[in-house]
Amino acid sequence: MPTIYIDNVPYEVTAGKNLLEACLSLGKDLPYFCWHPAMGSVGACRQCAVKIFKDEADTKGRLIMSCMEPVRDNLRLSIEEPEAKEFREHVIEWLMTNHPHDCAVCDEGGSCHLQDMTVMTGHSYRRFQFKKRTYQNQYLGPFLNHEMNRCIQCYRCVRYYKDYAGGKDLDVFGAHNHVYFGRAEDGVLESEFSGNLAEVCPTGVFTDKTLKQHYTRKWDLTMAPSVCHHCSLGCNITAGERYGSLRQITNRYNGEVNGYFLCDRGRFGYEFVNGPARIRKALVRTKLPEAVSREEALQEVTTQLKTARVIGIGSPRASLESNFALKALVGEDNFHSGVSDTDYDMVNMSLKILQSTPARTFSLREVEKADAVFILGEDLINTAPRLGLAVRQSGRQQPLETVMQASIPYWQDAAARELVQEQHGPLFMATLTATKLDEIATATLHASPDTIARLGFAVANLISAGSPEVTHLSEEEQALAEQIAQALVKAKKPLIISGCSTGSEAVLEAAANLTAALHAQNPETGLVLTLPECNSMGLAMLGGHRLDSAFAAIHNGYAEAVIILENNLHRCADKAEVDRFLGKAKQVIVLDHLHHATTEKAHVLLPAGAFSEADGTLVNNEGRAQRFYQVYPTAEDIQESWRWLAQIGQALHVPLMSQWENIDDVNRALMEVEPKFRSLEALAPPAGFRISGQKIPRETHRFSGRTAMFAHHNVSEAKPPQDPDSPLSFTMEGYRGQPPSPITPFFWAPGWNSMQSVNKYQDEVGGHLRYGDPGIRLIEPGQDGLNRYYHDVPEDFQPLKDHLFVLPLPHIFGSEELSSFSPGIAERAPKPYVALNPRDAQTFGLEAGEILSFTLNHQTFRLPVKLYPELSPGTAGVPRGLQDVPFFEVPAWAIILKPEPAWKNQPHTIS
Amino acid sequence: MLTTEEIAQIEHEISLVPQRKAACIEALKVVQQHRGWVSDESLKDTATMLGMSAEELDSVATFYNLIFRQPVGRHVILLCDSISCWVMGYEQIRDHLIQKLQIKYGETTPDGRFTLLPNVCLGTCDRAPALMIDDHLYQNVTIEELDDILHHHR
Amino acid sequence: MERPLTKHIHPDREPLSLQEYERVGGYQAVRKALLELSPEVVVTLVKDSNLRGRGGAGFNTGLKWSFVPMGPDVPRPKYLVANADEMEPGTFKDRLLLEGNPHQLIEGMILASYAIGADISYVFLRWAYKKAAQGIVKAIQEAYNAGYLGQNILGTGFSLEMHLHTGVGRYMCGEETALLNALEGKRAMPRAKPPFPQVSGLYGKPTIVNNVETLCCLPHIVNHGAEWFKGLSRTQDAGTKIYGVSGKVKRPGAWELPMGVTIRELVEEYAGGMLDGYKFKGALPGGASTDFLVEQHLDTPMDYTSIAAAGSRMGTGTMIILDDQTCPVGFVHNLQHFFAQESCGFCTPCREGLPWVEKVLLSIDRGEGRPEDMNILDFHTKYLGPGNTFCALAPGAMEPLQSALKYFREDFERHIHDHQCPWK
Ligand SMILES: Cc1cc2nc3c(=O)[nH]c(=O)nc-3n(C[C@H](O)[C@H](O)[C@H](O)COP(=O)(O)O)c2cc1C
Ligand code: SF4
Ligand code: FES
Repeated sequence: MPTIYIDNVPYEVTAGKNLLEACLSLGKDLPYFCWHPAMGSVGACRQCAVKIFKDEADTKGRLIMSCMEPVRDNLRLSIEEPEAKEFREHVIEWLMTNHPHDCAVCDEGGSCHLQDMTVMTGHSYRRFQFKKRTYQNQYLGPFLNHEMNRCIQCYRCVRYYKDYAGGKDLDVFGAHNHVYFGRAEDGVLESEFSGNLAEVCPTGVFTDKTLKQHYTRKWDLTMAPSVCHHCSLGCNITAGERYGSLRQITNRYNGEVNGYFLCDRGRFGYEFVNGPARIRKALVRTKLPEAVSREEALQEVTTQLKTARVIGIGSPRASLESNFALKALVGEDNFHSGVSDTDYDMVNMSLKILQSTPARTFSLREVEKADAVFILGEDLINTAPRLGLAVRQSGRQQPLETVMQASIPYWQDAAARELVQEQHGPLFMATLTATKLDEIATATLHASPDTIARLGFAVANLISAGSPEVTHLSEEEQALAEQIAQALVKAKKPLIISGCSTGSEAVLEAAANLTAALHAQNPETGLVLTLPECNSMGLAMLGGHRLDSAFAAIHNGYAEAVIILENNLHRCADKAEVDRFLGKAKQVIVLDHLHHATTEKAHVLLPAGAFSEADGTLVNNEGRAQRFYQVYPTAEDIQESWRWLAQIGQALHVPLMSQWENIDDVNRALMEVEPKFRSLEALAPPAGFRISGQKIPRETHRFSGRTAMFAHHNVSEAKPPQDPDSPLSFTMEGYRGQPPSPITPFFWAPGWNSMQSVNKYQDEVGGHLRYGDPGIRLIEPGQDGLNRYYHDVPEDFQPLKDHLFVLPLPHIFGSEELSSFSPGIAERAPKPYVALNPRDAQTFGLEAGEILSFTLNHQTFRLPVKLYPELSPGTAGVPRGLQDVPFFEVPAWAIILKPEPAWKNQPHTIS
Repeated sequence: MLTTEEIAQIEHEISLVPQRKAACIEALKVVQQHRGWVSDESLKDTATMLGMSAEELDSVATFYNLIFRQPVGRHVILLCDSISCWVMGYEQIRDHLIQKLQIKYGETTPDGRFTLLPNVCLGTCDRAPALMIDDHLYQNVTIEELDDILHHHR
Repeated sequence: MERPLTKHIHPDREPLSLQEYERVGGYQAVRKALLELSPEVVVTLVKDSNLRGRGGAGFNTGLKWSFVPMGPDVPRPKYLVANADEMEPGTFKDRLLLEGNPHQLIEGMILASYAIGADISYVFLRWAYKKAAQGIVKAIQEAYNAGYLGQNILGTGFSLEMHLHTGVGRYMCGEETALLNALEGKRAMPRAKPPFPQVSGLYGKPTIVNNVETLCCLPHIVNHGAEWFKGLSRTQDAGTKIYGVSGKVKRPGAWELPMGVTIRELVEEYAGGMLDGYKFKGALPGGASTDFLVEQHLDTPMDYTSIAAAGSRMGTGTMIILDDQTCPVGFVHNLQHFFAQESCGFCTPCREGLPWVEKVLLSIDRGEGRPEDMNILDFHTKYLGPGNTFCALAPGAMEPLQSALKYFREDFERHIHDHQCPWK
């Protein structure tokens, strides 16, 4: 490790970094703007200037930009040298010549990097006497607000948006001191990762528009560490509340998972929590329209259940604790996973593969370091968005080797990109239709699931003869398979990605074989499988029976009552079937946070805490268990599902549940009953954890108005609510230092009020959080010792006359249930459609926008046609999970109905 | 819509460079040559041809000062305002032009004949002051000659 | 007095055709180099000739070439670019060479390309040089037809493509790394160095950018040798130089002269002295981004070393004269207006500092200046120095300002004190 001297004090630093990173990692306060830990250096802002000296005798030194200077052994630099300090102060002065100084009305105020850096440099007096230039702002869609006058031209936004995230519709225009960052014209920003601009921008040019609608300063938020509930990756988020409503989601750095970035579904999907569809009071059908109290509701449930045989239906979007509580309440035999048959099979298969494969499941950080990737079936941007962003970075791995060879440090961002031009490392994509990652793919195959699986098997067979041979491959497919095999075998860290979204087990099996074959040659091989929901994995690990056995149990009289946990069954089984089931059950008890078709049928409806009102654990697609924390005390009668269930269990005298007071009790029982969860012990500090006898505050020490904010209810300040479940307090009192990483409610350090303060929480900038990144892996590679090859290679897909093989097409905005109740997300969701290959459309005599009618599993659909040239002939795509499209099990064959001209004039309807 | 001629010329430029995008400045020049300026619509069409977004292309177009993103007159007067011409009194030429044409810098005469723009050093400092109208360079310009010069460009 | 570069240039005549050029010895150097000399020998020859870059920085050309990776396994294609952007105010020397004898440039480019093993070469020409563009297009075509360009030149196995690229306006395009971005169809923003273009240049491949005048020297060096080239000069910096003078002199113009003629000779002899009624007050010796020299420096030889010793830079060697009836504040304001407008907008000090300087100068010039304004100007000259900004544009902009503040400070102060410009 090289030694550098900072103001004459020697420090050991990591080789290969730049001086800015080294200084920040040492905890020094050195201002910067254009550098970003995930994006490297370009030297634009000149804010990070320090003096360096030739040797001890050199007293004059020269100014350099620390972000552009590699660490060298014995290098001497000074941060404190007067000229360096003065220069840094003047850089702020320059930046401020045109800045509007509108902090008071700026959403960034109080969490603004520009404010922090201004204070840090000491600039305070304005000498610039002339007019400021002003700009027009643009409409950028429902997520971001644009205020160009505040821009300090650090170029981070375009570097992030274009270079890092692959966006096309944001750029820099003009020159000299008239540069403008925006779109060519007003319009919705297209990137699925646009929200990160709000954090990437060091000031208030791009700010969270959803926050603006219920604005609160960061220092006035009550915050808790949370985990995103909108896909299976489990990105870490910080959720902030004021006056009982959830105000904002920001990125919570996790060095292994999401790093610095979230997707827009994760960042802006939270608004359902505050929405009109929320269930806030317990309802009992016989007592409608009045709501009942918590106690009455519980009374009702226990009375009903005392005499009835009860089954439970769990949920892939409910916490491990809630699912376990239900399982404990109804008993193992009566616990069912509330997922569609396809999802059930796919997720269980995924779990089996992860348990048996000898390869590691890569975390997102590891994905970024993979140097050859083969994706089978998944349209990542729409099924696991943040993973798609990570795959984009992996495409840089092989080209970066050329960069190293040319002795250019990898963080010299512009130079590195210039050297490698448009080169990308090997990325192969076999997907149902065109995807956004295709543009960086080495080769793509757009085909039906079976054809995709066959390609996967073919590659596996080329790598290891242990994997079965694929017969009747076309020449092109053979050539593609060989190309992929070669690239994967040559790679240092090859990665196979697949998942559940195609609904094809063959695709998963092919991925498993590929991984096994590669791993036999290269132990660095990785596998990533994406799952349908945020806790699909946790639910699968808990076991549980198929949904149809739940239906059968009611229909054949085995049980009379059902408890449905945070689940809209109409999203996982045919409407008719669900309705028949709910109609037959004598008692339907539903716990959920949103009104939907299933809650409508409830006899008792219990208001369950949404993620921001609950503590719980989710298990993500890697098998990483992560704890999320209640952000604010629940309003009205809302409480965690597991708490409702524990209360029911206690009333019914279920022995296992008799002692359950808080989440630690639930988890203790879980670990006892299900040993595979034993390592959860270390997941998070228990509720009784204290530092210096203190709890950890959810509020900053600047939190304002607490004596006044409820004065309209009562002038005397209420006793702060207690949190029985965690070491976090709902107030600003408590331990002021840095808490353990899993229970860090917000990032803040003296002088660092913005998100950039995360520097102070990392072992080194961009590295791991001090004390370790949160989360515990529950699945170890090859743990069941059953590594083997699957042998059922499917036949190639054959179109059927007058039929179409309907495939689910996922959408980042619209396919996931909870987020689609948030207005911004709903606005971005597609309208219902059916995607056809133009050839098929022609066969059926249809043009884009005209209605295709088909029957699928006894339901008739009439959907407007979209033409997808990349979709295989003989298949059709229907958006997955849209609120306006009834559930149907896919993939499946649909019978095409003869077009009836009259329908063409009808509005787009679905019956 | 780009004309077939424009498309052919742009395709030719693309054939000379290793990546389509690399021909973008040449492409903008082609469009401007045919139309005098680059409208939003032409910009989009050109971007599509080059496999770029409108943003990417406009980012380049707006950086350079001789790609006109607003309509210009039939003839563009580029008056050198750099140091040698300043020393040699270009400001009188400027004032005369402004008065004569009744337009300010950046404006076009109502008859669409002239657009007046300031320009950096034309590289003919020993013959200052200088101006260019379209492809014609005028050196050692005097107020007396100006009317004559303008007369040449109908 | 030998004038190898301009001997065959007659400004009022059409440039030499290929035949005419060959008749006066053209392309002999290409024959000699390609047929008789190895690339290494050419590099050494040029290094030994002490040819220093005529684009402004004055770096030894052969030495610059020697950083290009050579051998069979290096990244390809390699590129050579002739920097014919010439947009530095007050500079018009390359125009003379470009319009007068494009074949000489092409020959120089072939030699440079051979020396560094380039496969493709470009002339990056500023848009305004319409006549030069026509001449170059024609000359390149002739050279292809004659087999000096294209595949397997003179049967030696060496191949070279050559293209003309005309810019669309921006001073930054002349900065060599920004020029490469412009050639790639990007915004002409400079690139960080290191990596130097010799290693990662155009499209990330090894590239040399040389000034037109630099390249035009090459055929003569190859033909006549390093010692001869050194002998052309009066001082330690080798060769001839194209000098220019503009401003209120009797015969403004450009002349090829031995390196090291004095400022006085240039002004009084070649430019015919000041116009009647005007007195010499100062001069920017080598374009807008060089420091003022004043009367006391009149006998300084115009070469890289001597001009640097006098506190300025040789720059492009084309001099702009400030006379006694021109306001130095207005003069400097005009320059800063140029630089502020031509800043690419990438780095903070230049993007924000230059417009500030420009505005302060304007208010001083208008008699609205305040005493504090002098501090603001001084502070910019102190902090917009090399290394503090991303590229050399802003430091270049500060050179005339800092020297004006040094030599003509009372003029600035008088504006502020009297609330008006004494020259108006
Ligand atoms: C802002 C700026 C503008 C420049 N403009 C030119 C130019 O127009 N022509 C030129 O030859 N060099 C110009 N240079 C210098 C080039 O960067 C480069 O040093 C030169 O082309 C190298 O050629 P040489 O080694 O033959 O001198 C400029 C430099 C800067 C910083
Ligand atoms: S000094 Fe900075 S802003 Fe100015 S031209 Fe160079 S890089 Fe651009
Ligand atoms: S952070 Fe170093 S120059 Fe911007």
